[in-house]
Amino acid sequence: MPRTLFDKIWDFHFVGQRADGRDLIYIDRHVLHELHAHHGFAYLEKQGRAVHRPDLTFAVQDHTVATKPGRDDRTNPSGTAFLEAMREGARKNGIKLFDIGDPEQGISHVVAPELGIVLPGATHAVPDSHASTVGGVGALAFGCGTSEMTHVLATQVMALKRPKRMRVRLNGGLRPHINAKDVALRLIAQIGVAGARGHVVEYTGSVVTTMPIEQRMTLCNLNIEMGGRSGFVAPDDATFEWLARRSYAPQGAMWERALGYWRTLASDEDADFDREVALDCGSLEPQITWGTDPSQVVGVSERVPEPSAIEPSRRAAAESAYAYMGLIPGTPLAGLPVTRVFIGSCTNSQLPDLEVAAAVVRGRRVAPGVVAMVVPGSSTVKRQAEAAGLDRVFRDAGFFWGESGCSMCAGGNGDRGEPGERCVSTTNRNFENRQGPKVRTHLASPATAAATAIAGRITDVRRLASGAA
Amino acid sequence: MQPFRSHTAIAAPLLKDDINTDQIAPVLHGRGLKEDYKAMLFYRARRRDDGSEDPDFVLNRRQFRDAGILVTGHNFGAGSSRESAVWSMLANGIRVVVAKSFADIYRENCLQNGLLPIVLEPSQADAFAARVMAVDGAAPFTVDLVTQRISGPGGPEIAFELPAADRMRLLEGLDDIGLTLKHMDQIVSWERRAAAAQPWLQTARDTRMEDREDA
Repeated sequence: MPRTLFDKIWDFHFVGQRADGRDLIYIDRHVLHELHAHHGFAYLEKQGRAVHRPDLTFAVQDHTVATKPGRDDRTNPSGTAFLEAMREGARKNGIKLFDIGDPEQGISHVVAPELGIVLPGATHAVPDSHASTVGGVGALAFGCGTSEMTHVLATQVMALKRPKRMRVRLNGGLRPHINAKDVALRLIAQIGVAGARGHVVEYTGSVVTTMPIEQRMTLCNLNIEMGGRSGFVAPDDATFEWLARRSYAPQGAMWERALGYWRTLASDEDADFDREVALDCGSLEPQITWGTDPSQVVGVSERVPEPSAIEPSRRAAAESAYAYMGLIPGTPLAGLPVTRVFIGSCTNSQLPDLEVAAAVVRGRRVAPGVVAMVVPGSSTVKRQAEAAGLDRVFRDAGFFWGESGCSMCAGGNGDRGEPGERCVSTTNRNFENRQGPKVRTHLASPATAAATAIAGRITDVRRLASGAA
Repeated sequence: MQPFRSHTAIAAPLLKDDINTDQIAPVLHGRGLKEDYKAMLFYRARRRDDGSEDPDFVLNRRQFRDAGILVTGHNFGAGSSRESAVWSMLANGIRVVVAKSFADIYRENCLQNGLLPIVLEPSQADAFAARVMAVDGAAPFTVDLVTQRISGPGGPEIAFELPAADRMRLLEGLDDIGLTLKHMDQIVSWERRAAAAQPWLQTARDTRMEDREDA
């Protein structure tokens, strides 16, 4: 019987069926972070249980680390205890930690693929909902809670119900300045914040196959914002080239053998999906959220939608979003003044994201009154960006150039906006109060964020690039 | 995990869709590892801009202060995987959420902690919500997982269904890790098979270190 790639990965990793009917799925790579890991370590210690495979387990400090240059454990006082507990737990349990100060520290979802820790066809778990970012290299990743994380520590498996399968076809070609963030936001707008609930999504189509790996990761990162259980892109030559020679990836003869297997990783042509979705991306313009959930999206040249244009079941949410965001229906998005811009997070903090933003910023200045930040996704990305001189471009323009971490995505490290501020952010959630109490977040691509920082108001990057703004 | 058999409590209506875990359990600063889960629940929604309590928020209203059942809309628990969004409910004595649907990770977190996630068909959910509004905290409802029924004032019993395996796990308060550890032989033999079929999966070493060792 023809199978989807999801089925092939799932079936290979099937260990057995538990008494309660759940499938035990082996987890090849488990990555922890400091916000949740201490609960798991404390539980295992109390129960007298060991970590089953510390050699397949990694840990990062990302959620609570300060981004200020020269940071240490105490720069963000509310993170100190988490950082110390992570360090102690990793040491006691023999887990490799990318600690604060480590040249390879960074956001888990950036570090794991960048070092070749996750691989095509591998399963991956992280106690974080954006785990499926690494679907961009063809890995099957599950975000999980703290109890499930502890379960993986003790057993190296997850006890799961088999999800349904969805295929998303992204057709057409992207116009200049349009990238994965715009595509993902439009897709979430189309199917809604619960549109992929219960499904593992395979992203296909010409837009995806021509997308650089980092952009595939952006696409897969936002999978959870439409409720998806996981999401991935089947690996191809671009993936293999991207992964080759990365530190934790197989090398030499083992690489060749792995490559032979990875080339078989594709859905069979006539495999059935439980649901099919298509989006033509050819005419897409830069996308931006206007409301307080990631499905409340318009093109940057459009206006805040009128209630009459909104599906009746979504109108109450829209009314509440108008109020929180301080927006009147009919207002054009472009031109709204902003006082803060954030470029970073697991969604948009890799080297190509920073290159795109720097190309917009080069030779220009951040508008007066705007606090603009760039926080690279990993210390490696930061080093590479500095080698290419991008830090100078940003700093000369008046951006803050930070040390790597999750930063203002959820503000767990104290990086937050001021009440009432309007912020354009390359992150993944525009929820109320997420980037600080009363902060009004608009999600957009790095290009849109950079253009907005320069203009001091929401800006169509294509107009800025052509000198029309 | 505390077993769940039956729970009798006031039911509070929070009739919105897509309530996310940032709303249920906001990230608060300054408490370090010892979080106050009781205070965390809907921390911001409970307060007005000046920090004082918002008397209009449902769980602040006198009749719902001790609510133990929450009635809500679609996609409850969307967003972040943080388990504090379940722990903060339990810390406030809420052991049942009746919704039109749940976000996947949130539902898993409920089952891990003995919080009963009940899904009712939209029309049935709307009818139950109307009943809860009408009762307005004057009398409790009973949610019985043995019979899979909700009973209480203002109408007939309502049947709900939980997949048999999830139901058993909650009824018996089974230790999830304990259940899986019974399969340790299978896990170890899977590892042996994988080491032969895809050996790169069973090892995750920094190859730069190996180069150094070779040298």
